[in-house]
Amino acid sequence: MATLDLQPKENKSPSAQATITGAEAVVRSLLAEGVDIAFGYPGGAIMPVYDALYDYQDKLHHVLARHEQGAIHAAQGYARASGKVGVCLATSGPGATNLITGIADAQIDSTPLVCITGQVPSALLGSDAFQETDVIGISMPVTKWNYQVTSAEEIPSALAKAFYIARSGRPGPVLIDITKDAQFQQLDFSYQACNFIRSYREEPTIYLDKIKEAADAINSAERPFVLFGQGVILANAEEEFRQFIEKANLPAAWTILGLSALETEHPLNVGMLGMHGNYGPNLLTNECDVLIAVGMRFDDRVTGNLSKYAKQAKVIHLEIDPAEINKNVYAHIPVMGNAKKTLPLITELLQPNSHADWLARFKACDDLEHEKVIQEELHPKHDVLSMGEVIHILNEKTGGDAIIVTDVGQHQMVACRYAEFVRSKSNITSGGLGTMGFGLPAALGAALGAPDRTVVCVVGDGGLQMTIQELATIHQTQAKVKVLLLNNEFLGMVRQWQQLFFDKRYSSTEMINPDFQQLAKGFRMKTNQVTHRDQLDEALTEFITSEGSYFLEVMVGKENNVFPMVPSGSGVAEIRLE
Amino acid sequence: MEKQEFTITVYTENQVGLLHRITTTFTKRKINLESLTTSESEIPGIHRFTIAVTETEEQVVKVVKQIEKQVEVLKADFYKKKEVVQQELALYKIATETLTNGLEVERIVREHNARFLTIEKEFVVIEKSGYRRETKALFDELEPYGIKEFVRSGRIAVARQQFGPGKDIESMLQQHES
Repeated sequence: MATLDLQPKENKSPSAQATITGAEAVVRSLLAEGVDIAFGYPGGAIMPVYDALYDYQDKLHHVLARHEQGAIHAAQGYARASGKVGVCLATSGPGATNLITGIADAQIDSTPLVCITGQVPSALLGSDAFQETDVIGISMPVTKWNYQVTSAEEIPSALAKAFYIARSGRPGPVLIDITKDAQFQQLDFSYQACNFIRSYREEPTIYLDKIKEAADAINSAERPFVLFGQGVILANAEEEFRQFIEKANLPAAWTILGLSALETEHPLNVGMLGMHGNYGPNLLTNECDVLIAVGMRFDDRVTGNLSKYAKQAKVIHLEIDPAEINKNVYAHIPVMGNAKKTLPLITELLQPNSHADWLARFKACDDLEHEKVIQEELHPKHDVLSMGEVIHILNEKTGGDAIIVTDVGQHQMVACRYAEFVRSKSNITSGGLGTMGFGLPAALGAALGAPDRTVVCVVGDGGLQMTIQELATIHQTQAKVKVLLLNNEFLGMVRQWQQLFFDKRYSSTEMINPDFQQLAKGFRMKTNQVTHRDQLDEALTEFITSEGSYFLEVMVGKENNVFPMVPSGSGVAEIRLE
Repeated sequence: MEKQEFTITVYTENQVGLLHRITTTFTKRKINLESLTTSESEIPGIHRFTIAVTETEEQVVKVVKQIEKQVEVLKADFYKKKEVVQQELALYKIATETLTNGLEVERIVREHNARFLTIEKEFVVIEKSGYRRETKALFDELEPYGIKEFVRSGRIAVARQQFGPGKDIESMLQQHES
């Protein structure tokens, strides 16, 4: 079998050699990578690593989740809030398979993770031993890289590679599977960080002719329109991006993962793209003459029907992953590279322009959307509470300076539409995979990854019940997670589709729920419930100002819908306001 | 876009599990692999996959990009039918008595430029390399005599140009070493 023989090109001074167990080498490798927190769940095949962790509790804090799925979503939340690699530990078999949803989520949302799983002893591989699964085979389609370690000597180099691959280029999840015998074996430990793999290119070459072509196209555009995604955040290119759009007054709209890269109140921030995005950005996608996509991948939830998507526009695509170029939308001018490097090169060549008439179009669309949708959502005239008004008042309480973590569904769309942001890395949501159950554990991870910030977990009654056990982890860690349950007693998004497209046949979407107040109390949380509008303001003040974690449940309209909406299969310009 | 025959070449590190990582790229898109051959390449230590598919060019371009971005893949390319020199190898097992009963089988083997690999007491094995249609033609002619076992290898192919992808990879590796 092949071994890892690829040594880093430039070696940092290796740590002093010492003979230790493979398990301790795992912990020492994590420390060498600057890891001070890991999320996981122990079990037979990973026990030697947990035993080694016992000696390093002061340096490496282990968060004991209540389910491996909780552990990995927490690691994702941690990574997204801190910008560091999230680390997750699990045992073999069910421990490892319980990670898969989170790994798939991290893969599609480009989240840097290193997952370490225990495996049965190498002599038992393939024998269907107790808690044996082929986690390398299972995780291969959803990892950026994975590797099985069967001898202790491989541990430092495998982990060094894992961290390098997870965080470099387009980030993603990596899984390292370590057989139990390798954890017990002794090795002469020394750690060399990896910064080079000969078969792997972090970033594609930047072609200056494409930079020039892109700038020329923008300079000659009458109706340029910028779409930005998480690529801006992952590249730490928020400032470069701002300078880029400001130089020529380019209206900019965000994907759900690009949210918070540009503050909400920025005059060029024209709102959200896609299925439940804002009216202007969707409608005007089909009227712009130059479409500039920055660090986004034209997901179908953004584009709607591709045959009716921006056919009139010249498309410029700034992208770090060459496989994304022309994948969904043809790029007339592909600008490959890291946005932090390519954006300033383009900005330098841009000519100032006011684009006043074009920007006024977005304003007009915005006014119409306010009149038709937003006004009623944020200030409902009837008694039933709306999700939008809750988020609207939440904004006043946080000043837009909270990390908003959401689950998946109607509340997610409402939170992303109406939450306000003043700084980046503040919106954490499962975008690509749409993983219900993501929110609560991700919020826990975010709270531990950004301990100085207020973390609000906006969650629905459906998704909350998928990972509700992590309330116990929140209690045990004393993480300051503020859980805002928007309870409509329905799987609201599915119900909305059933209403609109399945003739109101509400098949298996009504939830007969437990008493969430009693449940949260059982998890030893401060709780409150809002059933009427006159309680809302005070309850949200208490929610935000109260020290530590808090569970606030707001009973919202059972059959409210999220609008605007681009129905599945329709073009973006066919967006419905009602 | 019309589906057509493509040969995909993938130059890789020699790594356990990489085959699975490459094939899942096709599985994900429900693309059938007509054949897949792994072997050494012209570069020491570098392995090579040669994959035959019938697909639209658009799909092939996307799949090749997804393969090339895998960590242990150095380079992935695709070729249309006319851009490669290709061969397949076929083995045919027939009963020895078909030879002793007349000259027909010998004539067929000679006319097809095939050869006897081995002649045993009970059976003979005939070897034929060529295009699919050629190995198929021999199969059709031998079939009346009773084919006891048949196997055809995957397509192997080299680019119909002076240098293969290895040239780029060698210069890539040299750059990295310097």
